[in-house]
Amino acid sequence: MSKTLVEKIWDAHVVKSEEGFPDILYIDTHLIHEVTSPQAFDGLRKRGLPVFRPKQTVATADHNVPTLNQLLPIKEELSRYQVDMLTKNCAEFGVELYGLGHPFQGIVHVIGPELGITLPGKTMVCGDSHTSTHGAFGAIAFGIGTSQVEQVFATQCLLQSKPKTMKIEVNGELGKGVGAKDIILYIIAKISAAGGTGYFIEYAGSAIEALSMEARMTICNMSIEMGARGGLIAPDQTTFDYIKGREFAPAGEEWDKALAYWKTLYSDADAKFDSVLTFDAADIAPMITYGTNPGMGMGIQEHIPATGIQPEKEKLSYQKALDYMGFDDDSSLIGKPVDYVFIGSCTNSRIEDLREVAHFVKGKRKADNVTVWIVPGSKQVEQQAKNEGLDKIFEAAGFQLREPGCSACLGMNEDKIPAGKYCVSTSNRNFEGRQGQNARTLLASPLTAAAAAVTGKITDVRDLLEKVEG
Amino acid sequence: MKKFTKLTSAVVPLNIENIDTDQIIPARFLKATTREGFGENLFRDWRYENDNQPKADFVMNNPTYSGQILVAGKNFGCGSSREHAAWAIQDAGFDAVISSFFADIFKGNALNNGLLPIQVSDEFLAQIFKAVNNNPKSALEVDLENQTVTIIETGAQESFEINPYKKSCLINGYDDIDFILNQKQLIEAFEQAK
Repeated sequence: MSKTLVEKIWDAHVVKSEEGFPDILYIDTHLIHEVTSPQAFDGLRKRGLPVFRPKQTVATADHNVPTLNQLLPIKEELSRYQVDMLTKNCAEFGVELYGLGHPFQGIVHVIGPELGITLPGKTMVCGDSHTSTHGAFGAIAFGIGTSQVEQVFATQCLLQSKPKTMKIEVNGELGKGVGAKDIILYIIAKISAAGGTGYFIEYAGSAIEALSMEARMTICNMSIEMGARGGLIAPDQTTFDYIKGREFAPAGEEWDKALAYWKTLYSDADAKFDSVLTFDAADIAPMITYGTNPGMGMGIQEHIPATGIQPEKEKLSYQKALDYMGFDDDSSLIGKPVDYVFIGSCTNSRIEDLREVAHFVKGKRKADNVTVWIVPGSKQVEQQAKNEGLDKIFEAAGFQLREPGCSACLGMNEDKIPAGKYCVSTSNRNFEGRQGQNARTLLASPLTAAAAAVTGKITDVRDLLEKVEG
Repeated sequence: MKKFTKLTSAVVPLNIENIDTDQIIPARFLKATTREGFGENLFRDWRYENDNQPKADFVMNNPTYSGQILVAGKNFGCGSSREHAAWAIQDAGFDAVISSFFADIFKGNALNNGLLPIQVSDEFLAQIFKAVNNNPKSALEVDLENQTVTIIETGAQESFEINPYKKSCLINGYDDIDFILNQKQLIEAFEQAK
């Protein structure tokens, strides 16, 4: 019988399937961090259980860590306690920890792929909704709650109902100044912040196949922002080339064996999806969000949709979002002054993002009204950026290159955007207060963020690219 | 896990769509390492001013409204996977949440804690909001065994879906770990065969 990619991987991991019950799904790799694990470790203690497969569990500290002076003790007491608790729990239960100071430390969804832990055909979970990032490799990867973290600790399995499948095809060529972040913001704007709920999404089509692994991660990362459990992309030569030679990737005979299996991981030509959507890459402009959920996005030259055209029962919520942002309906954002630019998060903090920004800002300087934070996704990304001299370019441009962590994506550490201020952010959520109480977030690509940093206002990056090249 | 069978209660209406888990419990309150105490920060930035004074216009600060059922607009619980959102709602005294649509992870987290997420039609949700608007003390009856929710005043009733396994967990107070631990041999056999 023909199967979708999701079905192939799912079926290969079902320990037990029984009518009326969710499947018992085997989990190959469990990633953990300091915020959603302590209560799960506590649960194990209360039940008197060990971590069943500690070698399949990997920990890092990312959500709560400072991005300046990381080797000094964390100043904020509760953050320090939580990070210390992770260290203690990992030692007690025999889990490998890439904590502060370790050369592998970083955002959990950045380190998995760069260490070769994330592989095609795997099932992977983490107590973090952006676990969908790992789907870029053709893995089933999704976020779970803390009770489920405890479940995976205790049994290396999860009770899960098989998800519905959706295929999203993006065909054709992207325009100049348009990247993976614009593709995914465009899709979410089209289908809404709830449009993917209940589905596992497979991204396909020529525009997706043309993307690098890091760009594919940006796409899969934001699957959850349309409510989807996860998103994945069939592995291909780009995937295999990325993985080969990484720290924990299979090598030698193991590599040949793995590769042979990975090459079977695609949706069969006549496989049935529960839903199929198709988009044309040429229709996508640099995107920006104007509201308080990631579905409220538009092409940067467009006007914010009028409140009057929203469905009656959504008008109230819609207007509330615009009021929070301090924007008028039916207005353009171009030229609107911004206060902060944040380039980082599990969506856009990898080396290609930093290179793209550095290439754009080389020889330019940030506008005086803007504070710019660049927060690399991992120690390895930070080191690589320094090796390539990107740090010098950022310094000359007045951009602050910080140390790795989740940082201002969710403002759990000190990196908060002040109340009322506007931040063009490469992160994934523009919820009220996400980046700090009453902070106003505009989600965009690294290039659009860099353009705002240089001009001090919302800018169509294509105008600047033409000037450079023209 | 907390058991759930039947509940009759007035409701707290929150007629806003796409309520994300950052609103339910902002990230800065996720630093606790236990499950208790999150209720005081439920909807923190909607509920309190910066100086911790309650905002008079927020429904939880209006003594007219009370009850163990939270009723909210569609796509409730979208965003982060933080189970702290379910803990906070439960810790603030709610046993059920009604909406016309729930985000996946939130729904799972709620069920894993004995907090019942009840998905009703848009029309029925509008009827609940209307009933509460007319009479803030208007009560609902939630019957998990029969999978129904009833607006007592009007008698309007709708049935809701729930996975039969999850239903029995809630009625009996079992959790998933109790269930899977009984299958350890199967799991080990699966690993051997891999």
